[in-house]
Order: sequence, then C-alpha cells, then structure tokens
Amino acid sequence: MLGEGILKGLAETAKNFAGSFVSKERLTTVEYPEDRIPTFEAARVFPFLVYDARNPGDENDWEAGLRCVACQICEKECPPKCIFIDKSKDKKPDALGKQQFYPTRFDIDVSVCMSCQICVEVCPFEAIKMDNEFELSTTDRFGGLLHDRRQLAKSNEYYHKIHPTEAAEVDARLAEEKAKADAKARAAADAAAKAAAAAKPAGGGE
Amino acid sequence: MKTVEEIKAAIEAAVPGAGVEIVPNPSVSGQHSLRLDPATARAVGKFLHDDTELALDFLSNVTGVDWPDKEIAEKVKVTRTVTKTVDGVEQSVEETVDETRKRVEPGCLEAVYHLYSVTRKHGPVVLRMRTVNRTGQVSLPSLTPVWRSAEFQEREVFDLFGIVFEGHPDLRRLLMWDAFTDHPMRRDYVEPDDFDYEPTAHDEVLARAQAHKDAAGQGTEAGQ
Amino acid sequence: MSNLPVDEAIDPLTVTGRPDGWNRPPLIEPDGEGELLEVAMGPHHPSTHGVFRMDVALDGERVIRLKPVFGYLHRNHEKIAEGISYLASMPYTDRLDYICPLTNNWAYALAVEKLTGQEVPERAEYLRVILGELTRFQNHASSIGFLIQEMGASGTPLMYAFREREKILDLFEELTGARMMCNYMRFGGCRVDPTAAWLDKTRKVVAGLYGFTEEVDRLLSGNEILMARTQGVGILRPELAVNAGVTGPMLRASGVNYDIRKVDGYSIYNRFSFKVPLGDHWDVYDRYMIRLLEMRESIKILEQALKDIPGGPVMDPKAKIRGFRPKPGEAYGRIEAPKGELGFYLISDGGPNPYRYRVRPPSLINLTVLEDMALGANMADVVLIFGSVDIVLGEVDR
Repeated sequence: MLGEGILKGLAETAKNFAGSFVSKERLTTVEYPEDRIPTFEAARVFPFLVYDARNPGDENDWEAGLRCVACQICEKECPPKCIFIDKSKDKKPDALGKQQFYPTRFDIDVSVCMSCQICVEVCPFEAIKMDNEFELSTTDRFGGLLHDRRQLAKSNEYYHKIHPTEAAEVDARLAEEKAKADAKARAAADAAAKAAAAAKPAGGGE
Repeated sequence: MKTVEEIKAAIEAAVPGAGVEIVPNPSVSGQHSLRLDPATARAVGKFLHDDTELALDFLSNVTGVDWPDKEIAEKVKVTRTVTKTVDGVEQSVEETVDETRKRVEPGCLEAVYHLYSVTRKHGPVVLRMRTVNRTGQVSLPSLTPVWRSAEFQEREVFDLFGIVFEGHPDLRRLLMWDAFTDHPMRRDYVEPDDFDYEPTAHDEVLARAQAHKDAAGQGTEAGQ
Repeated sequence: MSNLPVDEAIDPLTVTGRPDGWNRPPLIEPDGEGELLEVAMGPHHPSTHGVFRMDVALDGERVIRLKPVFGYLHRNHEKIAEGISYLASMPYTDRLDYICPLTNNWAYALAVEKLTGQEVPERAEYLRVILGELTRFQNHASSIGFLIQEMGASGTPLMYAFREREKILDLFEELTGARMMCNYMRFGGCRVDPTAAWLDKTRKVVAGLYGFTEEVDRLLSGNEILMARTQGVGILRPELAVNAGVTGPMLRASGVNYDIRKVDGYSIYNRFSFKVPLGDHWDVYDRYMIRLLEMRESIKILEQALKDIPGGPVMDPKAKIRGFRPKPGEAYGRIEAPKGELGFYLISDGGPNPYRYRVRPPSLINLTVLEDMALGANMADVVLIFGSVDIVLGEVDR
C-alpha cells in the first residue's frame, strides 16, 4: 500500500515524541550555564603548570615551587608552536634539592593551542598538565589569550582536584624518584663520612 | 602476488623497450618500487591494468616527492706536477694532494603511484617516475587515461609540486587558486611575506607584523 | 528521476564524445531550446557540508556539466607535517576527517608502524577495533542523517542520529579526554588504558545500538518519498567506480566486493566474523542501505571484540615518545575508514621529521565521479548525489 512506509515512520516519531516526556534518557537538553553536566576526569582543555606548595600563605610560593626546569622540550614538540619559554641564567633548587634552571618566562597562547596534550606527554618532569577550565572568553584577543606563567601556575592540590587518579599516579612516581634520590644522597653522604673517617687517623698519626 | 622482480620481467616481456628499474626500500615495510621510463610509462600502465594475472585495476594513491639539488663535497686525491727546487736543482716533481671538490647532484621531481587489484585482491605495486630536473623539464606522462582515479590526484601533484602531466584531460590547479604561481610542497618553497594578521602575538611574528605596519605607515598599533 | 539509463553501456576507458577518447563522462548535449544557466553552487550552500563549490551548467533543470572546485579549506596539512616530528602530526590527523578522528589516528599509526616494524600489544589492537567500529557507526549514522536532511526532512532523522552519536562521543571523551580531537593512538599502541568501568559502559552503549538501526530502518527504509527521491538516482557503474578509485561504502554500493578489513586483514580483523554488504542497483538508495547494513555489521564486530578483549599493556614498552627517528625507507599504510580507503604514505630519511608525508583522502577521490553521477540528473538531485558520497571538507582540502 502506498504510504505504508510513511505511516510506519510517523509511528516511530510519535513514539519518540511521547517517549521524550517519560524517558529520562531522551531528555538530553541541559540549560547551560545554569545547569551543568559534570566533566569527565580525562577531559582536557588547555595546559597549566604544576607547582608544589612549599610555604603556604606566601604570595610568591608558586614561583619557587614550579616543577618546570625550562628544558624547552615542550616548546620544541608543540605542534602549533604556542609555547614560549625563556630560560633563566641562574639556578634554583628543585623539589629534590638539585640545582635547576627555571623559566623566567613561560607563555602559552591559548588562541593557538589545540589541546593535544603532547606537551604533557613529552615532559620528563611532570611539570605541565591539562586543565579542564574552558570558560576563558575575553574581549582582549592578544593580551587576554596569551597566558603567562603566573596565570598558568596552579598548585598540585588543584591538579588532584581535577584529575584525582592521574595525579595520584604522578605523586607516587615522584615520591619514588625522591626516595631514590634521597637514598643516593644518603649513600653518598655515608661514603663521604666513611672516607673522612678513614682519612682522619692517618692525618692524626703525623 | 608476484614479486617486483617477476613483475619487472613480465613488463619487459610485454612492453618492448620498457626501461624498468627496481628501487629497493630499506624499511621493514618491504614495499619495493619500480621506476618506469616516462617514455613507455603509459604502455606499461595499460599492461599492468589489463594483464589478467596482475589485474592492477585500482590506482589507490598518487603523490609527488621533491628531491632538491644536492651539493656533495668529496675529497679527491689529485696528482699534480709541481716545479720544486730539490737539492738546489729545479725539477718537476709529481705530488699527490687532497682536494675537496664540490659537485651538484641535480635534483628531480618524482611521481609515485600505488596500485592494488580489486579483482585479485592483492597489492601494493609501487610505480615511480622521475622528471629530468626541477626547473625546465618537469613533464611526465599522465596515467589518468588508464586509471581515472589519478585525475584529481595528478592535478594535486601538478598544483603542489609542479609536475606537468602530459595527456591529462583537465590539468588545472586543484587546491591553490588559479592565479597562484609557486608550488608549495617543494622543499625550497618560501612562504610569501604578505600576511596581515598575527597568528600569535609573540616575538618574531609580532616583529614581522610590526614591520608590515611600519611599511604601510600605520604607526604602532600592532597586536597588543 | 532522470538519469543515465543503466543499460547504456558506458565503458569508462573508451568513452566517445571527448576529443581524445579519454575516460571522461559523455557530454550531454543541450536540447537546443533556451539558454544554458550556469550556477555556482557553494561555497556557502548549506548542503555542501562546509566550503565546497560546484560549477554547474543547467539546461532547464537538467545538469549538463558539473565541475567541483576545491581548496577553500586548504591548509597544506602535508607541508605542516613535514616540518614537525612524527608524533606532533598525530593531533593534526584528528582534523582531517573531523567526524572520525580515531580512524585517522589509526591509519597514521599503522603507516608509521609499517615503517618501523613496531609491534602493537593485543589489548591495544582490540581497543583500536572497538574505537574504529564505534567511529564507523557514528559516522554512518550522522551521514544518513545529513542525507535525509538534505532531502528536506529537517531535523528528525539527523537529531535521532546525533542522539546516538552523543553517547558514542561521551565514551570517546571519557577515554581520550576529547569528544572529537581525540589524539589517542600512538606508534606501538594507544595512549591510555581504559578502565573496566569504561568497557562496561561501552558494552551497555553497544547493546543499545542495534535498537537504533532498527529505529532508522522503520523510520526511513520503507518511506515512499525517500524511495522516490533516491532510487535510480546517481547511478555509479562498478567498472567506473573501480577505475576512478572510489572506495568505502560508495564502492560497495556499486556492487564491488572490496573491503580493506577483509582484503588486507590489517590489525586483528581476520578474527571477527562479519559480512560485507553489497548493493545491486548502484544508486543513492543503495548507498543509504549499505551504510545502514554496515552499522549492523559494526555492532557484530563490537560485540565480539568487547567479549574477547584481553588484559595486558596498551603500549609497546619499547616505543619511544621523545627522540623518535625511524630508519630510512618508505611505507604506505591504509585502513578501511568509514568514508573509504584512508592511506598514509611516509618517506623517512632517518630524521625526526618525515621527509614526505602524504594523506590519501577518500573524500577527495570519491568525488572524482561526482560529475559522472550527476550528468543528466535534476538540479535538486545533485544535492542528494553529493550527500550520498559522504565527504568531510577537512579531508578533501587538507
């Protein structure tokens, strides 16, 4: 019969129409920005720099605690070249107490960044991670979207808040590295003490 | 499927005077290719397409590769006759000297074709053709008469590399606009310095943008 | 429903009507009454899926010439890729066919793995199949939606398709961190390991997909208007389809049994049982039907893969993220992407960047036959014929 297919299709739309009043699964509209759906833990938008809080309350704590050592690997690997780093001349101690360079400038142009997270993957120091903050619109195209290191620096606690599973893994890895470094330092100190102890009697004998 | 050696033999048996050369591929993919003489390439293509055993009826991929002129510095031992004063007597002595000579290995443009067979379900067979040089003699025979799928792809290669495919029914630029003169995929392509926006307001880009603004006499309202 | 009659033997290799006898479509002569009307359709026409132009010459309503014009979205992806490292090209491949980022990732990873000979762990192969088939499902669903939308059925089928696509994109986001720009596959595996919860959620979503294909079937397949508009329109003969390098659902709708998943058996596709649906009328309706049937086959593959997925690592432990330099050589790797054969051709000179990086875009090459299918058709049918090719301009223009 001509029109049978159309009627069958209309029955289908009618079913969907009625279903949209009762089935929760079919109510897909969310009234943003009043209502929000929770973001996924893996969701990524733009990168940020992780710092370890050392002296809570200190205004410049972020600068001292930045994990970034300005190795510039991310700058080189960034596909759209949106990262700009200036390396420091002097060195500062990092979390392991090792003397390291630090970035005197670390800018990310978020209007160029394409959220690919390759900088995160190539970073050997767990210093750059992906944020999930997406409401970044601004009226200033050049100044407003060029984020400097102050804007990019966010604490490890914040990282834990947005990516708990991943951050826990990273912390475990860093703790392991630190333990290794400590053990090495202790061994070195022991060896130095022993050497000094061994050298002493010989010196005293004269 | 036949190996490249067997295909070479089959071509040479079927197309007299076809200069086919095997180009080995050192990578693990093992996709060795056959370099065709442009003069007989279309006949070879027709044979590969029509041969019942090979039946390469499906041309998957056509692309170009640019091999720029290479400057090679070589150390050569040169024997020269020098006049020298030995023990107070002037005489000619033969002397061997190391000399660095530079020679330019001429570059070329290369077209690469990847063939498969839909009827026999095998492949790929890789064909290559080289132009004489990169500037004047850049024409190759088009394989579009044999495989229609080369139509747009050869146009793209013409557009981006500048290989002129002779016998192509409709050889126009594909991706760039008609008034464009250069070939962007060549390795020595220099981007025209004619932009008037700042992709990122930073460093050299900003300096370049400022230079444009200065040249246009617009003062210092760049970017920031 | 004007079109080239099916029984008019057109041998693609010996077409007359063009000066040199090239394999071009036959010229259709205007009937001599009135003037020809030249229409530039696009680049801002809503049915062109982006910025694409067709220069059409019309004799009344009949198309007598059609020339596609490309390049509005050209950004020279290949040149960019030759200036950056192998890894850095991966996120750019997402942006080729932005409806199916994961299959683009897969094709590129496969080509690089062919070049270097890297092994991919079992679990990663299963994951790739799962993600690839989910991608194929959502691509075909939205492609059917767009096709019907272009026919004038505003909204309904497209919204149903997008409702289903949304569920799949949620899965992608939960796993990869992004809905469309996934950047998930790596040379020698995949970037992150999915949790058991994710796999369970995927199983649940996949269980609901069959119902969706049934719904589409009831809604559209028997619809008289759809049949009247699409049957016998845009016929593509198999000989021409093969000769013109058409691939994917387009080729199979022309009755040619060529599916790279079966032919190459790349990854682990030879472990799954699935059928290759083929068309026998070679028209727009067949292309719609083939996509619907392929969605069902995808569900079959998904069910098998989700049942058998083993544990283990998802990355080859020997794979390098920094300092990746393949040995000199070249490789061409291809997969059956939802739109056709997506291939990557790479030449390495031993450096960190590829010497030559080439994408074989199925969308562009499938358009080779657009003029052949449209000649003699009505102007309104051109939109349908074009829609049935299923292209994404990000891939056509690259």
